[in-house]
Order: sequence, then C-alpha cells, then structure tokens
Amino acid sequence: MKITVGGETREVKDGITIAELIEEEKVETPEYVTVSVNEEFADRGEYSEKQLSEGDTVEFLYFMGGGRA
Amino acid sequence: MAFTNEQLERYSRHIILKEVGAKGQKKICNAKVLIIGAGGLGAPAALYLAAAGVGTIGIADADEVDLSNLQRQVIHTTKDIGKPKVLSAAETMNDINPDVKVNTYHTFVTSENIMDLIRDYDFILDGTDNFPAKFLINDACVMAKKPFCHAGIIRFRGQLMTWLPDRDLPCYRCVFKEPPPKDAVPTCKQAGVIGAMAGVIGCLQAMEAVKFIVGAGDLLAGSLLTFDALKMEFHKVTLPKRSKNCAVCGDHPTITELIDYEQAVCELKH
Repeated sequence: MKITVGGETREVKDGITIAELIEEEKVETPEYVTVSVNEEFADRGEYSEKQLSEGDTVEFLYFMGGGRA
Repeated sequence: MAFTNEQLERYSRHIILKEVGAKGQKKICNAKVLIIGAGGLGAPAALYLAAAGVGTIGIADADEVDLSNLQRQVIHTTKDIGKPKVLSAAETMNDINPDVKVNTYHTFVTSENIMDLIRDYDFILDGTDNFPAKFLINDACVMAKKPFCHAGIIRFRGQLMTWLPDRDLPCYRCVFKEPPPKDAVPTCKQAGVIGAMAGVIGCLQAMEAVKFIVGAGDLLAGSLLTFDALKMEFHKVTLPKRSKNCAVCGDHPTITELIDYEQAVCELKH
C-alpha cells in the first residue's frame, strides 16, 4: 500500500505498524521521536499495535536543539 | 511619529512593499522583540531585525564569545572573543542601525526571571541550544500568552514553528511533551552543525517576527517547517491541533509553575 511519510510517497506492506515503519525508515533516536498520523498525535504506547492504512500521512517530528552556544 | 528623510531612505525597500508600506514600517519601528540566545540562531535574527528597524530588541545570553562560535554566529567577530555575547551583539546591531534600542540581558534565562524578561515584548524568538530552555520558553510564553517562534538546528537540518495565543494552536510541549534525558539527543556541540544552517533558520525566525509585526501573510502557526540542506528540501508539516492533554496548554494543565529542568550549567556552554 502507499502512504506518505514526511511529504514523500512510500510503498509499504499492508497493515504496517508505526513501530515497523520507524524501523524501516531508520528513524534516528526513535524513542524520542513524535509521530503524527493524519494530523493526529500517535500515542507512544500504541506504536507496536497501531496499523497504518492506505493513503495515511505520517510525520516524524524530531527534537532539535542548536542555536546559542 | 513621522519618518525622517533618512529613515524614509533607510526603509525604502520595505515601504515600497504593499504588504508593509509606511504603516507597516511604523509598526516595525514601534515593535519590541526579545531574542533569547545570542548564538547561531539569535545572531542572524538580530542582524535582520536591527536592519529592519525593530524599535526595541532585547537580547538575552549568559555566555561570552568563543572562537568556536565564529563559524556561524555572524553577529560576533574575532575581536569580540571573550566579550559577553549580548554586548558584542548590541554593538553590531547599533552599528547597523542606530535607531534601534537594544536591551541586553547578560544572564541565563530561568524560571525566576523569564516572566519579567518577556513581559514587555511583543514577540519572542527562541534561539537557545538546549531543551530545558526551550521548554521553559514555551511554558512561559503559553502562560503569559506571548507569541513566540521556536527553532532548532543540527548537522544539515533545521526546523521552526510559531505559537500564537488564543488560537487553539499546538505549543512546543504538545508536540514534544518533555525534554529528552541529557545526552539522549545529540547537540550541535556533539554532532556539529553547518554554519549557514544557523543563517537559514535564524533568518526565517526574523521573517516570522516581521510578518507578525506587520500582519502580512501566514505564520508557521500550527505548522513546523523543516529544512534538509543535503536534499535542499523544505517540508511544511501541518501539526495536530492543540493537545487537550498537554501539560501546559491542555484543558487541565498539570504544569502551572515554571520548571527549571536539570542540566548542569557547564553542559549548556558551547
């Protein structure tokens, strides 16, 4: 099935979970990434159960410090 | 206040813009913006806001200029090494535009002083490098209903978002909940940052401030703009709505007093 990840279309297996997608996308520091699915925050506790559907839009939101110093 | 001939000339490229005009430039000249952090992000933001003629610019930073700063903190020069960053920044801003009143705060921003610092300003820029400060700025601005622009940079990536009061917008804490444990997420010092990234994202923060002041276009309110310099791609993420469960802006906030998250001061330097 096709989903959108970070603005780009991805072909992924049907019913992929958020946890599996995190692995597939090689998300950096996955334990600290915020995930939104179709503009809703996903609960961290649900990552391994929550399955994505065709056409879903997923965003990974990363901590970014930087700036001063 | 009428513009002098010199001001008309100085701000002519603004005044000719239909989105700014003389009216908008007056708003800029009467505006007060606070920049927290006179480093990578704060430096370009301060340069452009001073050049734009923002009437009062506050700049807060406890640090002194270090040689390793100069690769990206373009408001400071080699002769400024050892000087408080806020003084070096103020000198450069005044050199660019003597019209601007610069207030310097040579101090760490803490739960004790942040409310007093932000009180008199219209818009706040978060140019800090650490998560305790970013959460503190978010929480204080949410509590005081102060519009602010958050930003972060690392390696070849950067991002920013803007929060405005009374609009049901997600705050930084809605997205990121709480600071990651110390050293869990790499900092610029540990991971590096390409110098021009500070310029790109700091300038975008200045852009948000100026657009907020003149009321032009759409702000990054409810969205997070990310920039990947290796791919040379911007991506605008539409953020979820304000989280009803957010600890600071949710329906039943559990954070009602500001928090100084622990991170040793020495870890905050450089």
